[in-house]
Amino acid sequence: MTTPLSHGDGPLYADPSANHAREFFRTKPRALVDKLMSVKDAVTCFVHDGDYVAVGGFGADRLSSAVCHEIVRQQKQNLTLSGHTATHDFQILAAGNLTGHGKLIARVDAAYIIGLEARGLSPHARRVMESGEVESTEWSNYVLAARFKAAAMGLSFLPVRSMLGTDTFRHSAAKEILCPFTGDKLLAIPACYPDVGVIHVHEADRFGNCRIRGTTVADPDLARASKKLIVTCERLIPSDDIRSDPTRTVVPFYCVDAVCEVPFGSYPGNMPYEYFSDEEHLRHWLEVENDPVEYKKFIDKYIFGVSDFAEYLQLCGGLPRLQKLRQEEFLLNRGR
Amino acid sequence: MYNPMELMICCAARLLENGSTVAVGTGAPCAAAMLAQRTKAPELVTFYEAGGVAPLLPTMPISVGDSRTFYRAVMATSMADVMETCQRGMMDYTFLGGAQIDPFGNLNSTMIGKDYKKPKVRLPGSGGANDLASFCWRILVLTNHDRRRFVEKVDFLTTPGYLTGPGAREAAGLPPGTGPYRVITDLAIMGYHETTKRMEVLNLHPGITLEQVQANTGFVIAAREPLLTTAPPSEAELRILRDEVDPLRYIIGRG
Repeated sequence: MTTPLSHGDGPLYADPSANHAREFFRTKPRALVDKLMSVKDAVTCFVHDGDYVAVGGFGADRLSSAVCHEIVRQQKQNLTLSGHTATHDFQILAAGNLTGHGKLIARVDAAYIIGLEARGLSPHARRVMESGEVESTEWSNYVLAARFKAAAMGLSFLPVRSMLGTDTFRHSAAKEILCPFTGDKLLAIPACYPDVGVIHVHEADRFGNCRIRGTTVADPDLARASKKLIVTCERLIPSDDIRSDPTRTVVPFYCVDAVCEVPFGSYPGNMPYEYFSDEEHLRHWLEVENDPVEYKKFIDKYIFGVSDFAEYLQLCGGLPRLQKLRQEEFLLNRGR
Repeated sequence: MYNPMELMICCAARLLENGSTVAVGTGAPCAAAMLAQRTKAPELVTFYEAGGVAPLLPTMPISVGDSRTFYRAVMATSMADVMETCQRGMMDYTFLGGAQIDPFGNLNSTMIGKDYKKPKVRLPGSGGANDLASFCWRILVLTNHDRRRFVEKVDFLTTPGYLTGPGAREAAGLPPGTGPYRVITDLAIMGYHETTKRMEVLNLHPGITLEQVQANTGFVIAAREPLLTTAPPSEAELRILRDEVDPLRYIIGRG
């Protein structure tokens, strides 16, 4: 039973060429130098209009909220996003569309967008996607993770066994191939080398050596796949700590371009072993999006009206609120 | 007394064998896995797609990636590791849902409307559903039963069921022997006909008629003989579900 091999019709937004990537990585700095800077400077230096941007974590879990806010605040334009479990990250970045600040999101590789899991769908993100002003190509979560993995391996594609036979495949940019050994049909998925990757980690030294506690999701591959990488960390640690236990380093310094210390940097998302998600704030954000006028006021206050993430945290209740979320993470508030 | 959600969770929990593996999400599937672990399947191994493996859940997770999903787990790993465990053939069950399901168990969670470029309603997309439905041996669906959801043709085939029918998954290149297994709703439990691969009714919940099921299904649905009646939740199941699994009634409160 041989059927002709087919391919998805969706546009491919990132160049999968391993040779082009090698040319870039040949020039990427490898020196063990201090990369500490502010989030503002990191976004100014490393995120450019038209870039392909990949954000790590899993939706609101271990999310670099600070960088997402800064990208919106600096009104970056015409970005392509990797919609890999993009929940609150997509919701933040969508504030740059249909709000009088141009068009921040222009294209999206969509595996999971618009939703915030069990919390519901983002009304504003829906408006943005349903307006037709954002182009999209469909994928699945694993396939986007595997596209980062292919890039981290220095390849141009990997074969997988999902998406076959579905509209997700037909609206993707993947191609069916036959295994050269078994003849089985497989799906070839293009490597994804983002222009800039953004991850939030527990600890990093000033050179960019990173530690993550809990699930890594796709971050180690995303970090290696990205041409430029911005790391935000809960805590800056001495480089001696890194060298005292190198088994804990999940992203090495030579992948990293910027290190920004942002305590509570995943707020209002969850940071495992640090603080739980602020469900009240996330619910408020979802509700206020129902009314475009109120929503505009909301982002003017929480994103455009502050100069940095610390000010946003202050607006959201500051340390007392964050300490409560820490207690919740440690399950200390059960039944209270 | 019990509500439809409690019954659905009990039905799902009863399907999970001891010593099997299941990829779960948040909500009702999570409650079903927790109930199974406290009743007939203490050695059920749960996986969360963000990387949590076999956690001892202290409370219901809100996100498939939040810290509860690897609380006292045996491993906190990556999404690729969990998905590749499925791709290797080690995941027995997965729970999925969607805005629409068709007679072959194909699911839509991408969009409602005709024009992909300008959808009437944009939905999240596959997430991990397409991968899990491609790789896991048996796909379980937990959903409410109504005509908007059970449709002859899905607007967008996000996640593979039996695609166009017998042999279609294999022809598409999906791993042989995988596919939809059961659909559990507030009215009935459905399976799939062995040769046609179309959805059919296996069990009616107490007090529900086949006519009611047909009236709430947007395609012709047959019954497998002998048509069985679902056993109501036992006192033990309800006690564990209410006292241990979901004491704050996050999930069962929706019933």
